[in-house]
Amino acid sequence: MKKIIIALCVLLSPQVFASSGSIHLEEANVDLSDKASLQRGAKYFVNYCLSCHSAKQLRYSRMAEDLAIPPELVEQNLMFTGEKIFDGMGISMRAEDAENWFGVNPPDLSLIARSRGSDWLYTYLKSFYIDESRPFGVNNLLFPKVGMPHVLADLQGLQRAVYKDVEGADGNTRSVISGLEIAQAGRMNAEEYDQAMHDLVNFMTYMGEPAKLERQRLGGKVLAFIFLMIVIFYFLKKEYWKDIH
Amino acid sequence: MSGMLKNALCWMDDRFPVTKVWNEHLAEYYAPKNFNWMYYFGSLAMLVLVNQIITGIFLTIHYKPDAKLAFDSVEYIMRDVEWGWLIRYMHSTGASAFFVVVYLHMFRGLIYGSFKKPRELVWIFGMIIYVALMAEAFMGYLLPWGQMSYWGAQVIVSLFGAIPYVGEDLALWLRGDYVISDATLNRFFAFHVIAIPLVLVILVFMHIVALHAVGSNNPEGIEIKKHKDDKGVPLDGIPFHPYYSVKDLVGVAVFLFFFALIIFYMPEMGGYFLEHANFIPANPLKTPDHIAPVWYFTPFYAVLRAVPDKFLGVVAMGAAIVVLFLLPWLDRGVNKSIRYRGPVFKAAIVAFVISFIGLGYFGMQPVTPVGTFFSRFFSIVYFAFFLLMPFYSNLAQDEYVPERVDEK
Repeated sequence: MKKIIIALCVLLSPQVFASSGSIHLEEANVDLSDKASLQRGAKYFVNYCLSCHSAKQLRYSRMAEDLAIPPELVEQNLMFTGEKIFDGMGISMRAEDAENWFGVNPPDLSLIARSRGSDWLYTYLKSFYIDESRPFGVNNLLFPKVGMPHVLADLQGLQRAVYKDVEGADGNTRSVISGLEIAQAGRMNAEEYDQAMHDLVNFMTYMGEPAKLERQRLGGKVLAFIFLMIVIFYFLKKEYWKDIH
Repeated sequence: MSGMLKNALCWMDDRFPVTKVWNEHLAEYYAPKNFNWMYYFGSLAMLVLVNQIITGIFLTIHYKPDAKLAFDSVEYIMRDVEWGWLIRYMHSTGASAFFVVVYLHMFRGLIYGSFKKPRELVWIFGMIIYVALMAEAFMGYLLPWGQMSYWGAQVIVSLFGAIPYVGEDLALWLRGDYVISDATLNRFFAFHVIAIPLVLVILVFMHIVALHAVGSNNPEGIEIKKHKDDKGVPLDGIPFHPYYSVKDLVGVAVFLFFFALIIFYMPEMGGYFLEHANFIPANPLKTPDHIAPVWYFTPFYAVLRAVPDKFLGVVAMGAAIVVLFLLPWLDRGVNKSIRYRGPVFKAAIVAFVISFIGLGYFGMQPVTPVGTFFSRFFSIVYFAFFLLMPFYSNLAQDEYVPERVDEK
């Protein structure tokens, strides 16, 4: 079963699906306190995403600090385009070239986890399947007619769609995609690939808001302090008001 | 008080009425002693206003009002400016908190009859504040220059285009361009950071001066000034300071608790305070699938969409706000507080609250036949609540209203 990714939502027809583009999202279970996972995610990101997608809002130096990676290691292993460590993560592909090659300029991914959501990204990265009608030979269940090739096919392998017949409201039977299964194995098995995508999405979630961990850490202290204020002010009010009524 | 301080105060008082103002508005301003928790929201609105101004100043220091730079400068604040993320979230959460607090403050006035004679001007000034606040929030929302900023502004400004004859020119004049553009961003920035805040502060001052001239209403809706002691102090009144200044501190702390909870743990509030699509830079060539205003505008947006004709929709939306101004003259009930208003008025209030929240909900959703049906139904209830008020507001009121606030 592990090898089969099941689309949890049974779709009435591929057309309906294409217009709504919504299938049940799998949970990415993001955990920003897991530094090892973030570090692995950073590795996947620079190796697989950063050649076409920039992440210009995130500076390498900030990443080094937050992820506890020594700056020299970042410079040697994670930076490929001759940038300085204080630079944002850029790419060398020009926008007009990208448009010629892919039909659309691959978006900057700095904030993609905030606009799409972590679960969406996780599901998206697991939903590519073979579709010879598309320019790169793959399509995506979550993002139909996506312009992006399956750059992670090397890790995941290639999936093919599993069809089943469903009777529509009009009484006609049509064939719909009920799930995806591995057609051609990659370097990772399903479990390893899930873990890798968890790491990658974890990193992209961090990338969307580097201050998030700090904010949540601080929140507890602030709330505790304000709670103390409530108690003090409550008794202060009681003291002042004891002669009223 | 030590001698030196006393001398300094005397020196000041001879030149500026420090003690006089302090006494008139705080130490000898007598407020009814029976305020309940609904009376926290006025001081909380002031707190949020101060929060918006102070965090706003710090944001302006780093923000760039330029279509090419605006989006990135907000991210620069979120990532590179020391405590920038905190300041930005305080400001963005403050915007929504402002409306939460103001809606509750207005609702309090509605149910206890705080808008009724002699407090009509307090209500009118308050309503102008509310309208100014909507303009402030709308223009502020353009500044992050995300997709929702851009397309929300595009939709709302284009509404002015529906006005016959002058509409298109008016919309053009407001935008400074044929579409929302750098020119629009620049002028919205000017209005958001100086013009409207200035108006707001002046209006808040007038709101409070008017209130202190007539005195505060209370949950019983009776006038405490009718019963005074031989020094002219209302028998049911207590000095605002220290009693209510200390009591309001409790309200402030409780408010701050929830405020901080949102800032530190859910600043996007599930997409209601910061919409997901606003994390995508504005793209004039790509319309988002679903354009929804921020939650505090959605009741009026639902009224707009409920009307099939665009111009009449704009009229209906405007009327939904204008009708609030008329409240002091629509309500003919003798008793002020809902406690003595009888079942018809109570039922009308419940219907109004349900329709307002219902409109708010459907204003956020994409258009569906069911949504349109309910938007229309709730719009009718909303207007009926106000327009029929002269006829039902004096029905079945209580005969007896107590003379004193703690009479049981």
